[in-house]
Amino acid sequence: MDADSILGAIFNFDNYAELLVLVQNSIWAGAILGLLGGLVGTFVMKRDLAFAVHGISELSFAGAAFALLVGADVVFGSLIGSVAAALLLGVMGVRARDKNSIIGVIMPFGLGLGILFLSLYQGRAANKFGLLTGQIVSVDTVQLQALAGTAAVVMFVLLAIWRPLNFASIDPELAEARGVPVRTLAIVFMVVLGVSVALSIQVVGALLVLALLITPAAAALRVTSSPVAAVVLSVVFAVTATVGGILLALGGRIPISPYVTTLSFLIYVVCRAIGSVRAARGYNGRVVTVSRQP
Amino acid sequence: MKSVVSLRGACLKFGQRTLWEDLDLDIRPGEFFAVLGPNGSGKTSFLKVLLGLQKLHSGQAMLGGRPVERGSSLIGYIPQQKSFPPDTPMRARDLVALGVDGHRWGVRLSSGKTNRKVDQLLEMVGASDYAKVPVGQLSGGEQQRLRVAQALATDPQVLLCDEPLLSLDLHHQQAVSALINKQSHEHNSAVVFVTHEINPIIDYVDRVLYLAGGRFRVGAPEEVMTTEVLSDLYGSHVEVIRANGRIVVVGLPDATTHHHHEAETMAGEVA
Repeated sequence: MDADSILGAIFNFDNYAELLVLVQNSIWAGAILGLLGGLVGTFVMKRDLAFAVHGISELSFAGAAFALLVGADVVFGSLIGSVAAALLLGVMGVRARDKNSIIGVIMPFGLGLGILFLSLYQGRAANKFGLLTGQIVSVDTVQLQALAGTAAVVMFVLLAIWRPLNFASIDPELAEARGVPVRTLAIVFMVVLGVSVALSIQVVGALLVLALLITPAAAALRVTSSPVAAVVLSVVFAVTATVGGILLALGGRIPISPYVTTLSFLIYVVCRAIGSVRAARGYNGRVVTVSRQP
Repeated sequence: MKSVVSLRGACLKFGQRTLWEDLDLDIRPGEFFAVLGPNGSGKTSFLKVLLGLQKLHSGQAMLGGRPVERGSSLIGYIPQQKSFPPDTPMRARDLVALGVDGHRWGVRLSSGKTNRKVDQLLEMVGASDYAKVPVGQLSGGEQQRLRVAQALATDPQVLLCDEPLLSLDLHHQQAVSALINKQSHEHNSAVVFVTHEINPIIDYVDRVLYLAGGRFRVGAPEEVMTTEVLSDLYGSHVEVIRANGRIVVVGLPDATTHHHHEAETMAGEVA
């Protein structure tokens, strides 16, 4: 394959308008998942759960692979896997150190199970690959409605617990003293996270979930410390990455995930650079009163 | 005057170790009440009881005439100074806002009222200049001023402070303790101030609860902080020296070995 045909495989905008109509559902799905990922991601950062997201996605992958093997609904399988993993982490991992070791233990186990189920599966190879790398191109209207409905429920729960969850994430000791149910919120958030991971896996696949749930929020936090701005930017970045990735991927023969992850990564790099420049200039919002010499 | 905090026959035990028992205590509004004692004597547990986070083994703890409960709005709480990581996604004013409405459900729909309250609290503790600085980039003293602002958000009748001056330099120790004293005077709040070092607050303290060796003594600082009382509490000779209005305690038994020893003798007595 020469350079031209590689480039042709990656970027190809022939018959773009006609293709665009065909993938409308995918674009909507991408936008919904971007919105969800951006919202959940800010709490993943505040609660230092990046590693947990990875662990949950591997078990979600195992669940999906098992569903594929037995002929059940793949989305349902991945949902079961990720919620089970999230609950396990929420109940068992109270202390951060403990949590990381538990994730380290269940992650390879989940991935191993997934590979076992996939090797036993006799169906189309594209289905197998799709679990790891995502397959948003073929979202039909029923799937889109289910996705939108689930995402709406998750977002509603997240908004309902927003303030106390924020309090408990940043300042658990004081939150507990003020009567915030810190333990319960931790478990509820893990369920929210589990469902979000399972939904995101459909776009970017089990291996690349972090690009939706971590990278946009991490990028936002490089450029702002304001809680509202951080959430807005995180959502904007995530939606840009998913929708932008789908639009770029349309003509090529490559899965969508590399486009999404690359966009997401580039946004992070730019935000990081902006953050460093600001830090180097010593700008942090402090009001400095300069006394004038007479 | 009616007491705002009251304990009756209060006893706290962890396993077989008694931290304190038969504690009867009334703290009045506007009183500055210090809780002193070595590590592991149950100072922090005393606060946890008032916060409703720790159950008494026996006895009663009342706050504002009702049994203590978790999340009471009568209480303002200043936790031990612990620095936020440098990249904590929160500015000074957001930390204070947590104290105003952080415990409520849902999202903050109208920010105007909260913002005004936060501005007022920041002004009160002299933190307006760094209102928009990320908390992780503030000094320990600045963070602790924000903690005071946060605790004052509900205009509490009781201010519970857990070693709020720990790891602060002298200048900030004075500033933070003066702020706390101001609240007690101007708003008639009772202050329960847990500390292992009385000197930074010696000018404000009305009464002292000294916990040591499973026993306690309550009284004015000049009654409690004496060679006789402390020697009696510790069960070994301790010298209390006063100089320039400061109090120096010399010859304190080492806290950790002291407690291992104590736990052993107690186990021995039970067996």
